[in-house]
Order: sequence, then C-alpha cells, then structure tokens
Amino acid sequence: MSHRPDKEYEQLRVSGLHAFYGESHILHGIDLVVNRGELVTLLGRNGAGRSTTLKAIMNMVGRRTGSIMINGEETMSCAPHHIARLGVGYCPEHRGIFSALNVQENLTLPPVVRSGGMSLEEIYSMFPNLYERRFSQGTKLSGGEQQMLAMARILRTGANMLLLDEITEGLAPVIVEKLAEVLIKLKNKGLTIVLVEQNFHFAAPLADRHYVVEHGQIVEEISADELEAKQSLLNDYLGV
Amino acid sequence: MSMIFGVPLAVLAGQLLIGVINGAFYALLSLGLAVIFGLLKIINFAHGAMYMLGAMSTVILFDSLGVNYWVALFLAPLLVGAVGVVIEYFLLRRIAGQDHIYSLLLTFGVALLLGGVLTNIYGVSGLRYAMPDVFQGGMKLGFMFLPYYRLWVIVMALLVCFGTWFMIEKTKLGAYLRAGTEDSQLMQGFGINVPLLISLTYGFGVMLAAFAGVLAAPIYSVTPVMGSHILITVFAVVVIGGMGSIGGAIITGILMGVIEGLTKTFYPPASSAVIFLVMVVVLMFRPSGLFGKEA
Repeated sequence: MSHRPDKEYEQLRVSGLHAFYGESHILHGIDLVVNRGELVTLLGRNGAGRSTTLKAIMNMVGRRTGSIMINGEETMSCAPHHIARLGVGYCPEHRGIFSALNVQENLTLPPVVRSGGMSLEEIYSMFPNLYERRFSQGTKLSGGEQQMLAMARILRTGANMLLLDEITEGLAPVIVEKLAEVLIKLKNKGLTIVLVEQNFHFAAPLADRHYVVEHGQIVEEISADELEAKQSLLNDYLGV
Repeated sequence: MSMIFGVPLAVLAGQLLIGVINGAFYALLSLGLAVIFGLLKIINFAHGAMYMLGAMSTVILFDSLGVNYWVALFLAPLLVGAVGVVIEYFLLRRIAGQDHIYSLLLTFGVALLLGGVLTNIYGVSGLRYAMPDVFQGGMKLGFMFLPYYRLWVIVMALLVCFGTWFMIEKTKLGAYLRAGTEDSQLMQGFGINVPLLISLTYGFGVMLAAFAGVLAAPIYSVTPVMGSHILITVFAVVVIGGMGSIGGAIITGILMGVIEGLTKTFYPPASSAVIFLVMVVVLMFRPSGLFGKEA
C-alpha cells in the first residue's frame, strides 16, 4: 500500500530544514511528509541527524531555517510549548524521566493538549507495572519501565502525533516486543507516529514508510511494500 | 538563678530566642534564593535588595499613604514581586543560558542601583517604623520574657517556609518547579509555558525576601543598606544547606541562627564569624552542602 500524500491529510511537512548547534551545521535540508495515521521511521547511522530532526521539529535545537508545517500551520516561529499544544507528543532519547518526581507525578506532568487522550485508568491497564510502582521515584524504575513511563506520559495528553526517539535502545527483547504491541495499538487508534529507530527488525513490520537519513539529508524513501526489493540498498546505508 | 556552663539561663534563653528569630529571617531569605537557583540557575545577588525593598516599602507606604502593617504584609511582597518579574523579563531573560557569573554581576548591579537610589533619597541613618499596637508587650515564661512580636515573626516565618515547602514538594505546580529544575527544555516540549513559569518563580522568590523585609521593619533598622549586610550571611547559609535544596535552606537557616546565638552567649567575639567557619568546614567535607545532592 503506497500512500499518496496529496490525497490524504498532511499532518507534518518538513521542507528544506537546516539546523545548527552553535557553529556545527547538523541538518542540511531535510524534506519529509507524514500523513495522518501513518507510522514513519527515520533510519540511519548514529550521528546522521535523525534525533536532531525530531528536536528541530520541537524547536529544541539552536538555530533552524526552512519550513515545518504541522496540520498545515507554519511553526518555525513557534515556541516549543506552542508546538506541543498543536498535538505533538515528544519522547526524547534517554527517556527524560524526572528523578525529583514519582512515577505518577511524571505521568501527569505533561498538560493535556487535546481532548481524546487516554485516561489514567486506561494507561495503568495498558502498563500495569506503572500502577504498582506509581509512588516510586521515577528514575528508580527499570529501563523498560522507564521507557513505558516515557511513552505513557505523552499518551495521556491527547497528542495525535508522536515523535519517538530510540525507544528500544538498550532494552531486553521481551520489553521491545511489548513496545511493538503498544505501537500497533496506537496505530490502530489512528495516531501518527514518527519513529527514530536503530533496531530495524523492530521498525520494519510496524512502519508504513521509511526515510533514510545520511549527513543531515534524506537520501532514500522506502515504502513498506518496496522494502524487500530495496533491502540490500538499505543495508548499505545502515552499514549492516 | 540557674546557670548552664556558667551562663545564667535567662541570658542563654534570650540569646537562643534572638538566634531563632535571626534564623527565621535566614530561612525565609535562603528559601527564596534556593527556589530561584533551582529553576533559573541564577545566583540572585539582588535578594538582599528585595528584602530591603520589602522593609522600605512598608515604611514608605505607611508614611505616605497610611497603609497599615497588615495590609503591607500582603501589599509590599506583591509590589516587590512585581518588580522581580520586571527584572526577570527585561534583564535576566536576556542572559539566560550564559555562565553564572553574568547573572551574578547583573543582579549585583541591580542591588547597587536600588541601594544607591534609595540612599540618595532617604539616607543611611534608617527609617523608623512603629510596632503595631497589638504586639506591644510580651509574655513572661518564668525563665525569660518573650515579646509578642518576636513570637509572631517566628510563627509567620515557619508558616511561610512550611507552606512553600509543601507547595513545592506536594502539589502539581511544585512538580513543574522540580521537573523544570532538572530539564526545563523538555518541560516546554510537553506544552508547559516555561518562560512564564520562570518569571513567576523569580517573582515568588523575591516575594519571600520582601515578606521577610516586612517582618523585619518593626524590629530592625530600616535602611537602604540593610539588605547587603544580611545577604552575605544568607549566602553562607545557602552554601551550608546545599544550593537549590528547599528543605535544606529552611533547616539550615534556623540552625545557623541558633548557632550564632549560642556563640554570642559563650564566646561573643566569634559570633559574627561562626557561620562562615561552619561554611568552611562544610565545604571541606561536603562540598555540595549538608542537604545538597552529591554532584
């Protein structure tokens, strides 16, 4: 199934995006489109600019040029808290669990940005471990539990586009499996997901499309049904 | 008369009381500094000036508009808090993210400016502020005489300190502050208006200083330089307690006041140096402070 962007609702359109950290020029003109309800991955090697792309969408890098449209609205001049309020949920690399807050405080920290988010009860039934440990210090949880918490945190807010950065990094296979189940559920709910992922075997069966990022640019776009044909090309890019 | 280590009980109790009262002021002031340092990472050298503004505005509001003590208790901190928000919005925000030294120098400059302007108008000899009538007198406790106003200062300082601690540790707004202390950028990425939170936090921190200033007006000499005297001691208290620790600031403040009071009783020449001596010892053995997190 190939998506035709012009026929669907464009939730995110990034055009000619450049980003800088101080003097270093990280993104060199990223162009990508994500439609509502799609799960799109950004693949590439470490340092290719995938995480920076997510951060740039959130306006969390130094300087940016180009254009980022969310729901058809230009956001280059928006502060990060305005971007979140357009329905964007950001799950940072290394999870960003606050050690000064307990699990429940971490979970309820992000304000509700849209209606239709999951209730605390729904979240606890999806992640029973979090309920059991709701009064523990956030950073006392295991890595897997912290990742569940980082995901659960943005599901409560009603965000309908999730930017997920390396959510499987360093986690046991059984946890990774659980995360895949969660992503499938979220996709079935119609959420739009942009996934930065190192673990291609995790991402491949879930995603509708893949963008390959290299040296701060998109070098290849591969839809799910082209994956088999382009596997060797992709392996070259990823260096596997 | 009963004696303890060769000191009459009444003298000891009197010095302890003065120690607790000074400690209450240290606690209020260092609490505000800790709140500001936690979220803004700013070492607020204007804090003494905000304390002074609280006391001065109480006197000036009374002399020019007849505003009484009870109204001043709310009005003066609100006015000074508003001054703080203006300072944050127009000055501190421009140097956010720079090295600590910039905000330290900037707030020091603000303190000098405020002190200088007010000295020019009111001089340094001190303004008089009459004690409200209800607080005249005190109670005899047998071993000592406790003036009502001193009791009021201790109770109010403890209430405000506890209230602030509760707000920060136990409420949603406090969760924002604690989280912002760790990663304010991610907080903003969740949709929280962090720039506004920062302005209000600075305003709240200086409100605490101004509140201490109102409490001080009837018992201390109210002058444009009163803040710079107490500020250095309060910084020592914050260093001892641990930069950014809320509970640590409160406990250390009161403890240091008491230690100062005891030193006054047993070895008066060391009383103005003892807090700094404690600071040196704490820095040698626990550089992050008694209640600070190990770096």
